[in-house]
Amino acid sequence: MSVIWSNSLRHLNGRRAGEGTTSLRGIRCRNMTMARQREPRTMPVGVRWVLRTAILALAFAGAAARAEDKFASRGSVQAKLSFCKDCHGTSAQGYAGFFPIPRLAGQQTEYLENQLRAFNEHRRANNIMSGIANTLSPAMISALAAKLRELNPPPVGGAPRRLMAEGKRIFDDGVPEANVAACAACHGPDAPGVREIPRLAGQLFPYVVKELTNWGKERGQNVAKPDTSFIMSPIAHSLTKPQIEAVAAYVSYLK
Amino acid sequence: MKVSALQSALLLAVLAFAFAGSTHAEDTVSDVQAKLQYCNVCHGISAQGFLGYYPIPRLAGQQVDYIKNQLQGFAEQKRTNNIMFNVGHVLSPAMIAALATSFHDLNPKPLGGAPKALLAEGKKIYEGGVPGANVAACTSCHGEDAKGNGQFPRLAGQLYAYVSLQLTNWSKERSETLSSVMTPIARGLTDAQIKAVAAYVSYLE
Amino acid sequence: MNRIRAGLATITIGWFAASLPAAQAERLPVRNCIWCHGTLAQGYTPAPQLAGQRPQYVENQIAAFRTHARDNPLSRQYMWNAVENLDAGAVHDLAAYFSTLPPKAAGDGKRELVAAGLTIYQDGMPGLNVAACVVCHGPNAEGVRQIPRLGGLAYSYLKRRLEQWAEGYHSAAGPPMPNIAGKLSANQIDALASYLSFVK
Repeated sequence: MSVIWSNSLRHLNGRRAGEGTTSLRGIRCRNMTMARQREPRTMPVGVRWVLRTAILALAFAGAAARAEDKFASRGSVQAKLSFCKDCHGTSAQGYAGFFPIPRLAGQQTEYLENQLRAFNEHRRANNIMSGIANTLSPAMISALAAKLRELNPPPVGGAPRRLMAEGKRIFDDGVPEANVAACAACHGPDAPGVREIPRLAGQLFPYVVKELTNWGKERGQNVAKPDTSFIMSPIAHSLTKPQIEAVAAYVSYLK
Repeated sequence: MKVSALQSALLLAVLAFAFAGSTHAEDTVSDVQAKLQYCNVCHGISAQGFLGYYPIPRLAGQQVDYIKNQLQGFAEQKRTNNIMFNVGHVLSPAMIAALATSFHDLNPKPLGGAPKALLAEGKKIYEGGVPGANVAACTSCHGEDAKGNGQFPRLAGQLYAYVSLQLTNWSKERSETLSSVMTPIARGLTDAQIKAVAAYVSYLE
Repeated sequence: MNRIRAGLATITIGWFAASLPAAQAERLPVRNCIWCHGTLAQGYTPAPQLAGQRPQYVENQIAAFRTHARDNPLSRQYMWNAVENLDAGAVHDLAAYFSTLPPKAAGDGKRELVAAGLTIYQDGMPGLNVAACVVCHGPNAEGVRQIPRLGGLAYSYLKRRLEQWAEGYHSAAGPPMPNIAGKLSANQIDALASYLSFVK
């Protein structure tokens, strides 16, 4: 510390040729006086004040903007959407975590809203999503659904391609001998979904497999409040494991 | 003539082979129930119809002959619909008959949802036709109550979106069937008139 | 005859010995790793445990050290040099080898914070937009594919890593980790690191 002070003193001494002091307080007062005398006035005080304030204001604004990005008000849609993306992927394309986390990008808004409500009412069993849906207001749910609908990243992919042909057959034609309806009838030929019927195009392979395999254990769990998930029950039940994998692989590559 | 044991065995074997491939011959009640449940997946609870990606028609209360004709038409690909072709061509005649009868007995409320503003116009067309366009009154074949008769289908409670789509695309899907009788009618109706009459019948019970 | 028998015995013993993990290690430059990471890769402050770590994760970290993407001070000081001479085969084999070693829980976190840490880990903090770690890292923090095991890692290591993301240091991890870690308070980091250090 003393090194710094003596250096600054040396600097000032260099300017003023000669004068030195001993006490700290003396240095400060002396330096300020010297400084004022030293600097030629190039700008009016008022302008300097305005400049200084403007610079400070800009600096704080920048900092505030950065703070705003990072700590965007916890209640804002942007903040909540960013939170969804922490698990569901940077463009909500889905992510194969320890558990497969589904694609939300391009999903039907009515379906998304229904699922969040279902999590909230424990009609759809998922501990994590119930906890999350619990914190979302209806307005927030609608806003999130609208934003997610607009996203359109390419599918994550990764499913075994050799299953595609069989998967397409099941998707387009169903398996009539096993009383499995054609998925296309409700989900549409390229699986875009419509209204409350979900988009399947680009959905994660392991996620679709998990859903079809565990349909009855996860959906329609509140017997007192039956919901439209019952429509899928007979289908999920009748599909064999290889058929599930085939159709899951097929839809996972659809755009 | 004395039939040897070997000949009997052979005969039995032949008969066994003949019937082995034919699961249809043994359609049980539970098979029909399972098949009905399967139909309902798309056609809705109590076959009331369902708005999937495509509008899927109400089958409840439908004329038995009409359902039989349609299923046959699908199976023979005279009525072109890929999904229904796959459904239809695995059905035995006995199964078709059983299903048609089951559907006929169902009577859920109409799904509804059509724009009510069109009802007045729709009723006018349904009961009076569009004389200037050579469109006969629907009542003449489909009945005053739109419940149909024999091979003429029930329209009462049919999905608005389905009737609209059918009338708009009639010849694309049905030109090779008996229902080609509808072709000039479908062609004679304007889009607005189609929507009106579709809305009207969709609310009939 | 005795020489032949001795020779046969040597060959037999040698063949069996070669299939033991220790002998396997001999073929790899493991010695360079165990200086800091411990003889059984159990970790030795500040070097983290590598035993039982996901092989894909280890491979990714080594790649990140090589490209200097993982740039926190200790990585810079030690790991950037340490991996310079590893060829692709060695990296792969090392990662596979470490994953076979039995992990041991460091157990050096604050016991009184374990319950709080467990809650954050399993449930996240939805009201604060913090995702639940379990979704990616698994019910026992064991990880999968390229997502690392967190269970049993040292308290100080976990704490440091979580702090570093918020401080802007980079790693091989995708976008979620800086976002998630950046929302954690100091107390929450403390709780998580404590809880995870005890997970077997």
